Amino acid sequence: MAKVIVNDIEVDADAKDNCILAARKAGVEIPHYCWHEALSVVASCRMCLVEVGERKPDGTVVMGPKLVPGCQTPIREGTVIRTDSEKVKTAQQMTLELLLLNHPLDCSICDQAGECYLQDYTFKYGNPVSRLDEPKIQRMDKYHIGEQIALFTDRCVMCTRCVRFTREISGTAELQVTNRGSHEEIDVFPDMPCDNKLAGNVVDLCPVGALCSKDFLYKKRVWWLKSANSVCTGCSTGCSIHVDENEDKVYRLRPRDNPLAQGHFMCDEGRFGFKYIHDERRLQKPKLSDSFALAASLNKPSKTNGSVDLNFADPWVDVLSVTRFKIKEAIKTDARGFVAVLSPFMSVEEAYLLASYLKGLDKKVRLVLGRVPVVGSDDKYPKGPKGESPASDKVKFTIRSEKCPNRLGVEAILRHFEGELITLEQAVARADATAWYFVGGYNQGWVTESIDRAVGKPSLLIVQDIFASPLSERADIVLASSSFAERDGTYVNHSGLAQAASGAVRCPGDARADGRILMEIAERKGLFNAMTLRKEIGKSVPSLVALSAGDLGENGVKISMAKEPIYS
Amino acid sequence: MSHEEFKPILLARQGKPNSHKLATYQADGGYQALAKALAMKNTDVVDVVKASGLRGRGGAGFPTGLKWTFLPKDLNGPVYLCINGDESEPGTFNNRVLIEQDPHQVLEGIVISSFATRTTTAYFYLRYEYGRCYRVLKDAIDEMVDNNLLGKNILGSGYDLDIHLHRGACAYICGEETGLIESLEGKRAWPRIKPPFPAIEGAFRRPTVVNNVETMACIPHILNRGAEWFMSMGIPRDPNNTRDAGSYGPKLYCISGHVNKPGLVELPMGISARDLIDKHGGGVWKGRKAKAVVPGGISMGFMSEKELDTPLDFAGPGRVGCLGLGTAAVIVIDDHTSMIDVLYNACRFFAHESCGQCTPCREGTAWSTKILERIREGRGKLSDIDVLLEISSSIGTIPGTTICGLADGAAWPIKTAINKFRPEFEEYIKSGRKSESRSLAAAH
Repeated sequence: MAKVIVNDIEVDADAKDNCILAARKAGVEIPHYCWHEALSVVASCRMCLVEVGERKPDGTVVMGPKLVPGCQTPIREGTVIRTDSEKVKTAQQMTLELLLLNHPLDCSICDQAGECYLQDYTFKYGNPVSRLDEPKIQRMDKYHIGEQIALFTDRCVMCTRCVRFTREISGTAELQVTNRGSHEEIDVFPDMPCDNKLAGNVVDLCPVGALCSKDFLYKKRVWWLKSANSVCTGCSTGCSIHVDENEDKVYRLRPRDNPLAQGHFMCDEGRFGFKYIHDERRLQKPKLSDSFALAASLNKPSKTNGSVDLNFADPWVDVLSVTRFKIKEAIKTDARGFVAVLSPFMSVEEAYLLASYLKGLDKKVRLVLGRVPVVGSDDKYPKGPKGESPASDKVKFTIRSEKCPNRLGVEAILRHFEGELITLEQAVARADATAWYFVGGYNQGWVTESIDRAVGKPSLLIVQDIFASPLSERADIVLASSSFAERDGTYVNHSGLAQAASGAVRCPGDARADGRILMEIAERKGLFNAMTLRKEIGKSVPSLVALSAGDLGENGVKISMAKEPIYS
Repeated sequence: MSHEEFKPILLARQGKPNSHKLATYQADGGYQALAKALAMKNTDVVDVVKASGLRGRGGAGFPTGLKWTFLPKDLNGPVYLCINGDESEPGTFNNRVLIEQDPHQVLEGIVISSFATRTTTAYFYLRYEYGRCYRVLKDAIDEMVDNNLLGKNILGSGYDLDIHLHRGACAYICGEETGLIESLEGKRAWPRIKPPFPAIEGAFRRPTVVNNVETMACIPHILNRGAEWFMSMGIPRDPNNTRDAGSYGPKLYCISGHVNKPGLVELPMGISARDLIDKHGGGVWKGRKAKAVVPGGISMGFMSEKELDTPLDFAGPGRVGCLGLGTAAVIVIDDHTSMIDVLYNACRFFAHESCGQCTPCREGTAWSTKILERIREGRGKLSDIDVLLEISSSIGTIPGTTICGLADGAAWPIKTAINKFRPEFEEYIKSGRKSESRSLAAAH
C-alpha cells in the first residue's frame, strides 16, 4: 500500500500500480489509448501525460519538471499526481487535436460511435475545432484483416493494442505496423489473415472505430443496446461476459473483466457462438404426445363456454399438469426405474430444483449427469512461434475442451442428492430405466445414436430442451426451455468459481425459462428467483455453502469441491 | 592551446596513403594504447576515461566514462557494446571520414572500450548508405582478426572480443540508442521507453552501452596521452554550475552549406561559429552574409547572425536558444535564402523520418510540413505561425511529450526559426508570394 495524492485527493494505492490505476482509485480519470492492463506498456499515445511530484515527509510538494506518461510512471509513498493543471490540459488538447488530424470524423456511420474513446475524450478534454487546413490523409479500408475483422484504417490512432495482443496474448503475431510516420497503418502479412481463435478481442481492444467486428457491423447503434452481466457457456472456462441485446435480440457478446475467471478476453468460439439462441428451429412451445393430449382433454373438466376455448392463451397449463401427474404416476409404479438426466448446461438452481423435487417424491429416483461434451484438448495461449502451447506458468488464456459451463455445479447437486455420481453412459448401460426425464439445453445436438437407441421407448419420456432431437420427436412430453441468454442462474467453472448470470432476453415463442418450468413442476410457491434459491442451496447443500450469500457479486465466489473429472 | 596552433589528433592520419590499412596505422603508433589498456585493470581504464571528461560525440553529450559506470557491478551474463555509426543527422559526416580514412583508430577505441566495459561482443551499427565505410571496416576487422587484435586471447592478454558489423536499413530513428538496439534485434526501430536504460537492459535484454564512432576514436588518444592532456583542450567546466560537465578535447566540426570551403575540421571544443566559418570554412560564399547557422545538425535549431560569436561547445548553443551542440555539424545559410524554405526542408525531413510511435511527433511533423507547404504556395495565414509554434511545443519543446529525444530535434528547428525570424515569416505570408526555390517532392 502506498499513499498517493491525486489532484489533492489522498488515496491508498497498490505499490505496483501505475499513475492511471492510482488515479482511478481516487476517482480521477487519466485518459489513455495505448495502455491496457493486460498488455505491455508502450507509452506511445501520449494521451495520459500528467504532472508527477513527490510529497516530502515535511509536507512540501516538489513537482517534477516534465510531463510524464501516467501509464509508464510507477507510484510510491507520497507520489503527487496532477491531472488538472494548465500544462496537462494543454497537452491533452494538443494530443487529441493531433489524433483527430487525419481522422475522418465519420461518427455517423461508425460502429464505435457511442462507445468511442476519441469521442469521449474529445468531449471531455479536447478542443472543439481542428485547425487543420489541409486535405486529410486518406487510407483504404481493409476488409482482409480477418474473417471476422475489418479495419477502417483512417480511424486508427496507432495505439498498437491490437498488435501487442496478437504478440503477447494470442502469440500468433498476425498484426503489424506497416510504413512509417504519419503513413503508418495496421496490416496483416500477405495471405496471413488474423484468424486465430482469440482474434475477436482486437475489436474490443481497439479504443476507436478502426477494428470492427464484421459480425456486428452496421447491425445496431450501440446506444440502443442494453447489457446484461452473464457467463459464456461455450466451455468450462466460464468467461464473464456482457450480453448486449435490443428488443429481445442478442447482437453481440463482449468479455467482462474478471480476474477470477478469465481475465480480460474471450475466445471467438464463445463470442460468435451465441447465434443458436435465435435459431428459428428452436422449440417454441411445449408439446404433449397425441395419446397424452387426448387423455388430458378427456380428464379435464370442460372449461369451454359455448364454442370459445378459454385455455387458448397458455399451452403450458395442460402440459404442466399432465407432467406433474405423469411424473408422480411413474415414480409410484417404479421409482428405481425413473431416471432424471441433468445436463451440464443447467444452472445450479435448476439442477437443485429438479433434484430436490424428485428426491422429495421418492429417494429411489435416480439422478444422472447428462452428456459432457468434450472436443479435443485444452487450447492454451499465447502460442509459440511454431504454434506450440506455452509452458504452464506462461498461460494467459485457455479455451477448454469441456464444452459446457456447469459440470461442477451440477455434479455438486448430484453428489448431494444421489450420493454418488452416475453418468449417462452408466445409467444407459444398466438398461433398467422405465421412465426418463431428460434436460438438454445444449448449444448443439447432443443425442447420439447410442443414447437414442438405449433409451428406446420407455413408459414415460419427458424431454426439456431447446432443440428438437430424436428423443423429443417421440417424447411423451416436450418442455420447450431456454438458452443461457434467457435465464438467470449460477454456473460453476472449471476452477470452482461460481458466477451469477442474468438473463438478457425473453424466450422465443411460448418457450419458458427452465427455472420457471421447474418451479411449476415442483409446485413451489412464487416466481423463480436465483438469489433466493442460492440462499436455500447454500443452506441445504454443504459443498455449495459459498452460495448462501445470495449475491455473488460481479466476479463470483470460489466454492471448494472435490474435483474428479468425469467425461462421457 | 589556441585554435591556430592546434594540430589535428583524430584526423592526423587523414589523407596519408593507405591510411585505412593496419600496417600504416601500426607504423604511426597504432594499437599501443590497446596494449597499454590490456595491461591495466578494466576499472582503471574506466577511471581514465572518466577523468578525461570525454563526453559522447553523438549529440547528447553524455559523459562517456559515467555511462560505463552505470553498468551493473555484479554481472552474470554478457554485456554488449553498440557502436552508433548510423550517422543520419543532416549535415553530419564526421563518422564517415573517421571510418573511411582511419578505421583502425575507431576499432582500437572499440576494443579498449569493450575491455573497459567487460564486453565480449560488440556490435558496430553502420548506416546502410555508407557502402565504402562498410567495405573498409570489413577489411579492417579481418586484418585485426588475422593479427590477433580481435577474437580469442587478444595480444596474449586472455581477453576475447568479437565485433559484429551490422548495416542498418536507412532510418534516421536508428541513431537513437534504443531505436538502434531494437533495430539490431531485428525489430522495428521504435525507441524504447526509459527506464530501464540500456545500461541496465539494452540489446537482447542485457546491459548495453551505446557509444558514437567519434567517441571511440578519442579513446586510444586518451589512453596514450592521459586524461590531463585531453582536458588541456576545450572549455573547462563552469565552476558556478554543478551540472556543467565541461567540453574537453578535440571535436570534429562538419562545415556545410553556403560557405566557400565546406568540409571537416578538427578543433578544440569551443571555437565560435563565426571563427569557424570565417577561418576554417573560407567565409560565406559569393561574398554574402550569413543569415542563420545550424550549430550541430538540423535538429539543434538555428542561430541568427547576431549569435554567431557563441562558442560551439556543449553548453554554448543552448545559451542562445538552440537545443545543444548536437553533432557539431555546422550548416551555414546565407542571407539570400528564405527561412521558410529552410524550415520546410527541415520539417519535411522529420515528417519522413518520424518513427511514428508517439502521437505528437507522428502527426505534428507531418502537419507542420503541410502548413509550410501551403505557406510556400502563397496560401499562408498569419495564424499558421502560432499553430506551428504550438505543434513544436507539443512535439518536444515541452519536455516529456514524447518517448525519445529525436522528437525534440524535430521541434527545435520550428521553434528557433519562428522565434528568431518571425518578421520574415509574417512578411512572407502577408505578401502571398510563392516560393522561388524548386518545390521538393513531398515526403514519401
